[in-house]
Amino acid sequence: MTKFKTTKTKAEPSINTASLPDIIFILLFFFMVTTTMRQNTLMVKIKLPEATQVQKLQKKSLVSYIYIGEPVNKALYGTKPRIQLNDSYASVKDIPEFVSKERQARPEAERNLITTSLKVDENTKMGIVTDVKQQLRKANALKINYSTRKVLKR
Amino acid sequence: MARRSAPEINAGSMADIAFLLLIFFLVTTTMDVDTGITRILPPPVKNKNEKIDVKERNILKILINNHDLMLVNGLPATVNGLSNKIIDFMSLHPNNMSYPQIKEVYIPELGKKVMMTKGIVSLKNDRGTSYKMYISVQDAIAKAFNEMKDQQSLKYYGVKFDQLVDPKKTKIINKLVPIRVSEAEPENVGGQ
Repeated sequence: MTKFKTTKTKAEPSINTASLPDIIFILLFFFMVTTTMRQNTLMVKIKLPEATQVQKLQKKSLVSYIYIGEPVNKALYGTKPRIQLNDSYASVKDIPEFVSKERQARPEAERNLITTSLKVDENTKMGIVTDVKQQLRKANALKINYSTRKVLKR
Repeated sequence: MARRSAPEINAGSMADIAFLLLIFFLVTTTMDVDTGITRILPPPVKNKNEKIDVKERNILKILINNHDLMLVNGLPATVNGLSNKIIDFMSLHPNNMSYPQIKEVYIPELGKKVMMTKGIVSLKNDRGTSYKMYISVQDAIAKAFNEMKDQQSLKYYGVKFDQLVDPKKTKIINKLVPIRVSEAEPENVGGQ
């Protein structure tokens, strides 16, 4: 007499998971393609300044990085801004050597196109940055990029 | 004899393997795109005593001191209005003595002569200037030049500079609006 049949037992249909690996693989390939592994462990604290007129860095293989900022380990290295090249602290005088090494690592045809990206903490004073720039001029690595975060409006 | 079919490989754990790889790449991924302001440094000076004469009216002097305060041609200024000041300075003002001189330049790609300003933006900072301030000034300068490029691009091709597809056209606009920024040798006044 009831309108609804409640007593009928029906096995729950199981969800077909056969395509799950495919979905996961697509995600996997996406992340594999977009991944860039970090080359250097940062030993200085860097908060990049903001800018509106930024350009994307072209040709990442031609870019070498110079990091400037306060050391992460303040107890050991103090709070004075330091320069980091590759995986160690360096002084301003080491830059020409660093540049020539970076140049050697590139194919010969592209050696003149290398770009130096300066990743400098926003609270750093210009003194040390200017010294680095002078050394880069000496080393003839003239194309530089002040690394910044993009904001739409300041 | 019954022919035995090849045993099927159990693909049930495929998803797990893919998951593991996925999680590995998820963790190691850094999605940061490097962006920044690109500049070309002047080549090293060979002869230090060589002086380049530039007329006073052709230079827009920007000075930043160690307290991050700015002077533009001797008057206090802020970053906000700076790019408009630069655009005003670098645009053509014939017969006005307080603006830079104008020269005629032949552009072979356009096949004609074009009036161009002789103005130069000179940026001088102290060793004690903060990097943040320096970048915001560089940003304002970049903004001014980008706007001027947009103007020229709209005038000649009807589209904005970053929408130009033809690299030849980009080159011409870059020639019409050269980034004339000079950075003076640094001075140590305020200390580190």
